[in-house]
Amino acid sequence: MKIILRNPRREVELSGVRRVAEVFRRLDLVPESYLVIRSGELVTPEESVSDEDVLELRPVISGG
Amino acid sequence: MCRGKAVIAVRRHNANFCRPHFLEHVRRQVERTIEDYKMFGVDDRMILGVSGGKDSLALWDILTGLGYRVDGVYLHLGIGEYSSESLNLSQAFAHVRGLNLDVVDLTAEYGFAIPQAAAASRRTPCSACGLSKRYSLNRIAGERGYDVLVMGHNLDDEAATLFSNVLGWNVEYLGRQHPVLPANGEGLCRKVKPLIRVAERETAAYAILSGIEYEVEECPMATGNTINRYKEWLNRLEEQSPGIKANFLFGFLERGSPLFEMSDHIALRNCSNCGQPTTGDVCAFCRLQQVTITRKHER
Repeated sequence: MKIILRNPRREVELSGVRRVAEVFRRLDLVPESYLVIRSGELVTPEESVSDEDVLELRPVISGG
Repeated sequence: MCRGKAVIAVRRHNANFCRPHFLEHVRRQVERTIEDYKMFGVDDRMILGVSGGKDSLALWDILTGLGYRVDGVYLHLGIGEYSSESLNLSQAFAHVRGLNLDVVDLTAEYGFAIPQAAAASRRTPCSACGLSKRYSLNRIAGERGYDVLVMGHNLDDEAATLFSNVLGWNVEYLGRQHPVLPANGEGLCRKVKPLIRVAERETAAYAILSGIEYEVEECPMATGNTINRYKEWLNRLEEQSPGIKANFLFGFLERGSPLFEMSDHIALRNCSNCGQPTTGDVCAFCRLQQVTITRKHER
């Protein structure tokens, strides 16, 4: 699966991941600091994913 | 029980929300905040500080949806492509909805942009930017006859600021950290923060689910920003203990804040240069302006 990260923009490949929550564990990222977007839709950590998916992990932290 | 597809989990409320229920939930949180803190009424003339980011645009959408008439002001900070893109997004948002957006250019108005101020002074870029925003937006609101200056600070902004002020025991700042800062009749406009019950992740989700195009890229000058680092740490705590950010902030506002209010009773006078309220002879913004312009002329 392709993971799109921002700030700076980059892409990471992961395989064998079954749920969104696992993406965060594998990348050692804090779910509270991101939203996950698949095909333009928000998805929750419990959502199933497959190797064909493209997920954008959109950071939510920004300066005031 | 709703059978709609969940689009976001909000662990501190122990709830998953579908799109319509989430949008309604956020609007209700803002409505409740406005009522609880008696922030403003429908007859007040309001101006919102608009940055092109998720918070200010989501808040503008929510307030107009609740029936308030709110104008916007965009302060052009002169941060290259980032400022141009943020301005375009703000103007597009206002145009589609028929809202008034005033654009004030820091360079045209005061002779310097944020990158120059950060290079010329001892302040970090975020500190120079924060000072310039506070000063300019308060001045614009006052000079143009608005009753209320509305800001898009969210729960995470306020919790991280509180965390920072506690770490440094900045008692004056702690005495001033409140969702409503009243007008003082001598140049300080009433300032309110209706988003303080909505976490940063939720304002971003609200924007995405409402189809609001906002500036997703972080400001290039904010790399390594201390408040953003505190937000990341607080989010790690939130993962372990959902609700801890809200408990920290609202526990302070209910029980801690009154203990610090006396620390805020500092006499204000008018800046000898610009006339805006300050504690000293020349206000911090005018000092920043002077040092930046002097440095510019030296080059």
